[in-house]
Amino acid sequence: MIWSKEETLSRREIEEIQLSRLKETVNRVYEKVLPYKKKMDEIGLKPDDIKSLKDLSKLPFITKQDMRDTYPFGLFAVDKKELVRIHASSGTTGKPTVVGYTKNDLKTWTECVSRIACMGGASKEDIAQICFGYGMFTGALGLHYGLENIGATIVPSSTGNSEKQIMYMQDFGTSLLVATPSYALRLAEVANSMGIDPKKDLSVKIGLVGSELLTDAMRAEMHKVWGDDMKITSNYGMSELMGPGVSGECLEHCGMHINEDYFIPEIINPATGEVLPEGEKGELVVTCIKKEGLPLIRYRTKDITRLFYEPCKCGRTFCRMENPSGRSDDMLKVRGVNVFPSQIEEVILSFAELGPHYEIIVEREGYSDKLSVRVELVKSTDSFSDLEKLTANIRYKIKTVLGLDVKIILESPNTLKRFEGKAKRIIDLRNK
Amino acid sequence: MFSKQLSVFIENRKGRLGEVLGVLKENDINILSLSLADTTEYGLLRIITDNPETAKKKLSDSGFSTMLTDVLIIKIPHESGSLQTLLTLLTENGINIEYMYGLSVNGEKASVVLKAEDALKAERILTENGVEFLSTDNI
Ligand SMILES: [Zn+2]
Repeated sequence: MIWSKEETLSRREIEEIQLSRLKETVNRVYEKVLPYKKKMDEIGLKPDDIKSLKDLSKLPFITKQDMRDTYPFGLFAVDKKELVRIHASSGTTGKPTVVGYTKNDLKTWTECVSRIACMGGASKEDIAQICFGYGMFTGALGLHYGLENIGATIVPSSTGNSEKQIMYMQDFGTSLLVATPSYALRLAEVANSMGIDPKKDLSVKIGLVGSELLTDAMRAEMHKVWGDDMKITSNYGMSELMGPGVSGECLEHCGMHINEDYFIPEIINPATGEVLPEGEKGELVVTCIKKEGLPLIRYRTKDITRLFYEPCKCGRTFCRMENPSGRSDDMLKVRGVNVFPSQIEEVILSFAELGPHYEIIVEREGYSDKLSVRVELVKSTDSFSDLEKLTANIRYKIKTVLGLDVKIILESPNTLKRFEGKAKRIIDLRNK
Repeated sequence: MFSKQLSVFIENRKGRLGEVLGVLKENDINILSLSLADTTEYGLLRIITDNPETAKKKLSDSGFSTMLTDVLIIKIPHESGSLQTLLTLLTENGINIEYMYGLSVNGEKASVVLKAEDALKAERILTENGVEFLSTDNI
């Protein structure tokens, strides 16, 4: 089901809406947000210079650092009394980034999430268990209101206490699961340890996964434990832009439709800032064109992806972004080679002997970087030559993908740390 | 006649072997023989127990990677040269031995646990030559 008529507008109609909303937003931030005015004045740009969508590229970028520098409310475009909600993203170093919503912003957010939930097959029949951490993080409440809006029954179970999560699923007949892909896998492990087979004993048929990359291999792994008939779609967003609901995958599995009447996406070369042509891979930059509280313009998401504009078989015309292949700041530079954890993940998941969890360790050895990958051996053997063959094959495959030699460390099942939120796969010991 | 050997993967970390033995003890599983081989990174523990299926289940539940393998437990006379006679017999028939370890038994006869590349052929040749096997029930 397509939630709203905007999702099927023609390209011309979409662009008309985008241009008028963009002009309105630029005018407003120039007037109300001092740091924006300063940035624009520095390059001699006036709101009137934005005459077409092409002119978007003239506007300066906004980064997470800009948000930190103006902590907490410096980039807000409304008076604090207009705000009805505050969220914050976890700052791993220093202050978090703070986001604020007006009443209308919450409506927009709910609308956007309702759309992506429908794209993933959700309906009012569903019992939706939200296994995202509630609190300052936008993931849980975003999905919560969006799903409630379409009439689904919400089970706000949050994260943690996995046995209880499984009990709710069984007792309430949960049909839709909201979680990170790695927590979805973890929950299946816990169910199995309780003697419950998620495929037969639970009725979860829809998985809306987000807040972490969903690779094809990870999706296959989820199907293995949750069943082939589970509809698994990924959705995308970040608190700075709104939270979840920026884009979501439809059941055609050909990328995530961006809610283009609210957000304008661009792809840039992360090193030079230059806008790349359609279909090329680079960093996603997003402009919020219908937000009141925090209308970020040209926000650098650091996510590496591509955009496709042909209308989709599902009937929607909104452009689609590929599942990000990594983050420009998750990207590791090892011996001068760019390494995305997702590349290593694909290799690991292609081995039946290994579990889906892994950890990447980078160390400095002398003047060179050393890369090791810890993996869990789920199928044992009685012979050393099998183990040696296995590690040699993993090394060879990773070398083919990355061009780097890695050390493979085999571990027993359940040895590596499990994550309820975004999995932390990289341990970089080089600057320690 | 084949017996089930349980292999357990263990990382070279302090206390891991103890954990395996602990699980077996807790479940009253008796170890009849054991061989531990290791590299710098990990080891493989091969065990003959009186209850291999249960041992496998309990160890898997405790987070160990395990595997059951068919091995031959061969009775040999407790005298010098008997092992060599056995090996010659196998080699002459073109059978490669993957690994082998001793299993101590009281009395006249000793026995060894043997895993051959071609297990069925090894069993046939040995049977034809009057070699006796033990099973985990009658050790
Ligand atoms: Zn579609």
